[in-house]
Amino acid sequence: MKHNLILRVVSKFLIPLIILFALYVQFHGDFGPGGGFQAGVIFSAAIILYGLVFGLDKAKRVITPYVLRLLASLGVLIYAGTGAATILLGGNFLQYGVLASSQLAGQHLGILVIELGVGMTVMSVMLIIFFTFAERGQAVLNSKIESERE
Amino acid sequence: MIDNIVDITLLSLIAIHAVAIIRMRSLFAVVMLFSGFSFLSAGLFVVMDAADVAFTEAAVGAGISTVLMLATLALTYTPAEADKEEKAPTHKPWLPLSVVFITGALLIYGTYNLPGFGDPNAPSQLHVAPYYLEKSMPETGVPNVVTAVLASYRGFDTLGEVTVIFTAGIAVLLIIGGRRRVKSKIEKNGGDREA
Repeated sequence: MKHNLILRVVSKFLIPLIILFALYVQFHGDFGPGGGFQAGVIFSAAIILYGLVFGLDKAKRVITPYVLRLLASLGVLIYAGTGAATILLGGNFLQYGVLASSQLAGQHLGILVIELGVGMTVMSVMLIIFFTFAERGQAVLNSKIESERE
Repeated sequence: MIDNIVDITLLSLIAIHAVAIIRMRSLFAVVMLFSGFSFLSAGLFVVMDAADVAFTEAAVGAGISTVLMLATLALTYTPAEADKEEKAPTHKPWLPLSVVFITGALLIYGTYNLPGFGDPNAPSQLHVAPYYLEKSMPETGVPNVVTAVLASYRGFDTLGEVTVIFTAGIAVLLIIGGRRRVKSKIEKNGGDREA
């Protein structure tokens, strides 16, 4: 895929826009359609596009697999941790009202935080799955080329 | 009027996609048609004012799952079957065809008892929906009722969903991830012995 000039130029132009849109969907989910799940998928689509056009190794340099595993676990931890925090502050599990001084402010903060957790986990898991499949595909292809050579 | 034209266009395109998916033998073309099918369904959800669902369908159904299915095709690729043709069925189609027809007829018969689309007296509209519509704004301050239900009223369910996605990632890593050190070592040893 090294010589697809149009593909490279267009995707270089598109990827920042896709990431910007993902962030918009993430943080505007309270007011418009969208939320953490959709934002995570859109964000991972940007990285997957980068990986498809510029190669798996370069995409892995943008977000390393180690960071992805960390982010995937951190997202679930943030979500469940918010629930634990509400219990420690005297409320029920995931009762956001106790997070801030007023019920509405607490709800707003809680929803923002857990949506962030959802977005992180979904984005990382989608990329983990894509990277794993692509890596395995390369390995299978290489072994086939080797066996054909022999 | 316009709504009807859009509905009929989308539904007939979906039907054309479905028939093409059944008829086609090339797996690559079928994957691309699946993507188109998902995208058209997303359009249908937009017409039905379910923007959040349409969003998810377009991103996951038409986008990510297409990439994953293509990746699976690439994983199972062997030079001998370069065209990736689906194998011709070895059995007669009559039994599955009759099962599909009877089930489809029963389902269509069942739709006659469903309430009309958007019927305000439908059971699903009379249960908790009025409470969410009336109280979500004063209780959570979030204008998007879908987000309020997903993140606040049904926050525990969403935690479960995120855990399911997390588990899927772990499962993929465990099954096909990681370096295959053990296997390659055995292969290398075998090769040395032969040499």
